[in-house]
Amino acid sequence: MAGTFILEARGVTRQFGGLVANKNITMHVRQGEILALIGPNGAGKSTLFNLIAGAFPPSSGKLLFEGKAVADLSATQRCRLGIARTFQVPRSFDSMNVIENVMVGSFVRHTGTQAARRAAWRTLEYVGLADRAEAPTTELTPPEKRRLEMARALATEPKLLLLDEVMAGLTPSEAQKGIQLVRSIRDRGITVVMVEHVMEIVMPLVDRAVVLHFGEVLAEGHPKDVVRDDKVITAYLGERHRAA
Amino acid sequence: MNETMTMAAASAAPTQRAAGARRAQLPILALVCAVTALLPLVMQDVYLQNVLILTLMYAALSQSWNILAGYCGQISLGHALYFGVGAYAASFLFAGYGITPWLGLLVGAVLSAGLALVLGYVCFGLKGHYFAIATMVIAEIGLLLVHNSELFGAALGIHWPLGADSWSSMQFARTKLPYIYLALALFVLTWLATYAIEGSRWGFWWRAIKDDPEAAESLGVEVFRSKMAAAAVSAFFTAAGGAFYAAYVAYVDPESVMSFRFSLLFALPAVLGGIGTLWGPAVGALILIPITELTRSYVGGSGSGLDLIIYGGLIMIVALVKPEGLLSLVRPGGAKA
Amino acid sequence: MQIESLLQVFASGLLMGLLYALIAVGLSLIFGLMNVVNFAHGEFLMVAMYAVYSLWVVTLLDPVLLAPVATAFLFGVGAFAYMGVVRFAMRAKSNVSMVQIFATFGLAIFIQGVAQYFFTPDYRSITDTWLGGKTISIGGLFLPAPQLIGGLISIVLFIGLYLLMSRTDFGKALEATREDQGAVALVGINRNKVFALGWGLGAALVGAAGAVLAIFYYIYPQVGGPFALIAYVVVALGGFGSIFGALAAGIIVGLVEAFTAVLIPPSMKTIAVYSLYLAVVFIRPNGLFGRL
Repeated sequence: MAGTFILEARGVTRQFGGLVANKNITMHVRQGEILALIGPNGAGKSTLFNLIAGAFPPSSGKLLFEGKAVADLSATQRCRLGIARTFQVPRSFDSMNVIENVMVGSFVRHTGTQAARRAAWRTLEYVGLADRAEAPTTELTPPEKRRLEMARALATEPKLLLLDEVMAGLTPSEAQKGIQLVRSIRDRGITVVMVEHVMEIVMPLVDRAVVLHFGEVLAEGHPKDVVRDDKVITAYLGERHRAA
Repeated sequence: MNETMTMAAASAAPTQRAAGARRAQLPILALVCAVTALLPLVMQDVYLQNVLILTLMYAALSQSWNILAGYCGQISLGHALYFGVGAYAASFLFAGYGITPWLGLLVGAVLSAGLALVLGYVCFGLKGHYFAIATMVIAEIGLLLVHNSELFGAALGIHWPLGADSWSSMQFARTKLPYIYLALALFVLTWLATYAIEGSRWGFWWRAIKDDPEAAESLGVEVFRSKMAAAAVSAFFTAAGGAFYAAYVAYVDPESVMSFRFSLLFALPAVLGGIGTLWGPAVGALILIPITELTRSYVGGSGSGLDLIIYGGLIMIVALVKPEGLLSLVRPGGAKA
Repeated sequence: MQIESLLQVFASGLLMGLLYALIAVGLSLIFGLMNVVNFAHGEFLMVAMYAVYSLWVVTLLDPVLLAPVATAFLFGVGAFAYMGVVRFAMRAKSNVSMVQIFATFGLAIFIQGVAQYFFTPDYRSITDTWLGGKTISIGGLFLPAPQLIGGLISIVLFIGLYLLMSRTDFGKALEATREDQGAVALVGINRNKVFALGWGLGAALVGAAGAVLAIFYYIYPQVGGPFALIAYVVVALGGFGSIFGALAAGIIVGLVEAFTAVLIPPSMKTIAVYSLYLAVVFIRPNGLFGRL
């Protein structure tokens, strides 16, 4: 049974000072699925995302990746094990061009520069950025920067890919390309966890959704079922009321 | 079959192009070597030869500093410490035990690299200004310790014993020519080391750390180990430069090899020419050192301060107007070697 | 060692510490305001010393009377340094911290050159002053008059600084700017004006310290260096941006220096100060009183 779960969180809590951002979260990610973390603003999605990626450790609780405890491992070590992430605001290395950025990722699996460059090139072709390979990152358009984020993460040859709002701010046609890319990544056998706001993207794309609210898991399941859940509706409506 | 062929061809193309662009740097180095080696034949003025030696030496030392600060982004203001370790190791072993400066240079460089690892271990936890000031303070402690150490001649320092000119003692009283070639060798070795590392995994990791350490970590970059490696390599070559300088002036004392001034002198050529680039330190040294030496001799003779005004003004203007360094004027768009 | 000589050491350490605090607080203020370390801070001190010196040469008035003039002059120097140099350094898009460090280093070398040009590298000193060389006896302790007055000036200025920051519109503008630079633009505070005034204030504080120092210390173009290093240590020890931290850390540094000078050779006394600094930063990376 455990073999089908690529990632498990057991009673994970994270506090910042007095603020509890994640409270006793227990959830799992199945091998080969696309899972969305959704919830109103401030629900703790980003915190959970960062906990899985290893940006900071949980205050308490267990994180298992392929059955192995990873809560105490650094982001670097988790990357070696096969967890890769993107950043919500793209964080390119601006002293390097596009392919060099991607090579930083491919060096995790390839020691030699030539091999790393070839692997980076294949990744750029895959995400559709090959024609920009030698461009300085500062010349990329915002959607291209998103693709670069994805390419860099993919170049580490992950088993689990964490995508932080990669669709935000894209035009519908760009988003459509993004959706195809995520599907194709999954079809390569890479498990995907994504934080996403845009429901139009989440609904058709993901296999399962985990809804967070006030730092706790409110609901989980197929996206169609989840959005019909009374608790979820109340949570979102509540947010709209506050916003209005 | 056909498809794999095109894939292979397509992916080979950029690889070769990049390697070609990098390799194009080597003929430039060869040209620089040739010009420098022939220069003393037409430039026989001893004073100008001295300027040439210092220019080459500071190009090498600034390149060493550039490895840690320019590539890896860890701004050290304490490299005078490593310079001093090299200078003192060579002087102490030669003056005290008659051990050839060649071995002294190696001992100093290795000691210095080891010291950099120890200091890096404690300092790399510090962020931003705290790191820069800690390096400055540690170098100052080193200076004070040497200053108070009878073993190393305290404030008087160590004088190299007079002897016949020879390569084994690195002493040449009659001609500066050997020092020109030694300084050139120092520069070439430092440059080649930087060139080799720049194209390797370490080089990519260093630049990633400099640009965004958190993003680097998420991509599997060994941040701490990379910084340690950069510190050790940087200290190694800085100490080698220190040993060379000691042999050249045949004399060391705390102020003349370990004062804070040197930490700045190593940084400024790289800043002027372009930090984190292969040729930045050399270009910067080629401008700064002759200007410093010539203004010191011709307009600043009695310490009028004009040399400092020009020097400081130049640094300010470059930092403010062209923060990427002068090299970016030649290669616009931020393209790198 | 007798109690009296212990007290004597304590008193002289305290007085020197107050002066160190005054030298350092301007640096801390500027850092807190805009996250820039001014590596020309020691040169501001040097300029103040030369300002007092040249005024003294021309007018033959006592340095104590000239100190306010030097302080005001340094206010101008600081504001000018911001408007002429630092303002542009802050616009850098890449290598931001590198640009800031080396722009202010360039400024430092430049100012040293100017000082050397006008005053030569010779050591100068101001002689025959009201306070110089005199000691004041308080309860059996003999305190050098310049340091005593310097300590008092430092205390007065710290109180003034506290009142300025907490009671005046200018102080509130500074506080608002350091807390949220974006919001400042919204409420219509002119950022450049606030920063320039902040730099002026920071330089004026070190200017006051320089004026006092000029009474009993040699004046030469490189005099700022050692004091600047102490100031960095004080600021890092107290926490960048913390005014109270600078005061406390300045006094700590003064005391440590005074007491270690008794125990080890005087040339080693700064080692104790530096080691204390390292010990604190490694244990508390943001200084003793650092926020964060």
